[in-house]
Amino acid sequence: MSKNLKLIGDGLVKNNPTFVLLLGMCPTLATTTSAINGMSMGLATLFVLVLSNIVISLIAPAVPDKVHIPVYIVVIATFVTMLQLLMQAFLPDIYEALGLFIPLIVVNCIVLGRAEAFANKNGVLASACDGIGVGLGFTLALTVLGLVREMLGSGSAFGWNFVGGHDGMLAFVMAPGAFICLGYLMVVFNKIFKK
Amino acid sequence: MAAKSTLVNMVAVLGITCLLCSAILGGTYAVTEEPIRVTAAEKTAKSISEVLPAFSAVEEITDGDVTYYKAVADTALVGYAIRSTVVGFGGPLTLLVGITADGIVYNTSVLSHSETPGLGAKCTTDQKFMSQWKNLNPAEKVLAVTKEGGSIDAITASTITSKAYTKAVSNALEFFNALSEEVPVISSEAEKSNEEGGQSNE
Repeated sequence: MSKNLKLIGDGLVKNNPTFVLLLGMCPTLATTTSAINGMSMGLATLFVLVLSNIVISLIAPAVPDKVHIPVYIVVIATFVTMLQLLMQAFLPDIYEALGLFIPLIVVNCIVLGRAEAFANKNGVLASACDGIGVGLGFTLALTVLGLVREMLGSGSAFGWNFVGGHDGMLAFVMAPGAFICLGYLMVVFNKIFKK
Repeated sequence: MAAKSTLVNMVAVLGITCLLCSAILGGTYAVTEEPIRVTAAEKTAKSISEVLPAFSAVEEITDGDVTYYKAVADTALVGYAIRSTVVGFGGPLTLLVGITADGIVYNTSVLSHSETPGLGAKCTTDQKFMSQWKNLNPAEKVLAVTKEGGSIDAITASTITSKAYTKAVSNALEFFNALSEEVPVISSEAEKSNEEGGQSNE
């Protein structure tokens, strides 16, 4: 059990997909315009990551090597499409904010990367824990990045405006601000956690 | 260890995977189809009541590729809510434009958009921008952003979205004019706009 807990911890810190592995930069930069958007994107990815890790660890022994990537992509795309339909049906507000980016989870290299690097060599429980850890790490990174950008760019936090309706520094809502914030957050993260 | 990569193996595994996945997706679609439709219908009904004054009955009419809703109170015409789609910054921008029987834009509402979150997406939250469309008399205003000599203040840093929004409203007005028999006067000159032109956010 402690091994599985360690896997979750690793995903959050040692293998943090955003700050350490630098995977999945497209959704990271594109969806973190606010803390809520970043967190929703992180949770959506977490959902897909855990399910695809579980399924792939189960089917991996039966999949011939030469077709393993197409098979994994089909599995991942199925979960993403399911997520998209379910969100559209039951969480229409979040779907409206993220709709454009949900299909992009299919090509998010974190999901395929964990399938390739971990799930096809390990058991179901370990793969699920790895998915949870990496997914939480991604969610955490996106929420923090979204929060910083929202505070600087729009003067609000989780939608609550603390500068009395004034605009923030718009550059931080746009792409250059995303790169700048990501760079500084990586510095801080690695300063704290790298031994 | 992974199964051997023989032709039969590969075809079988990929085929079975695709079959299973399509079955699962088909099932999900069947379950979610109804809620998605209900949500969309509710949203449209809510939008119509937002963009038009009180009415008692509404009728959906499709004319060519334009869908509009004719709202009546008892027998008198209240106005039309016209669906108007234009190309925005990130993709199609669909508005519902409510125009009362006398040709005044009562209010507008965004049905769907793919604008940048935090920038163009503000066209659904920015009160200053949205209030410009309330009780807008097309005879008194020039439907263009201030940058282009019109009387619409654009959303800061989202001129393309604001222009698209303006275009959608003027398309709806054109459609309304073609629809109603008595054509209201529309200003073609930009004379009046210059007074207000100084308030641009840019």
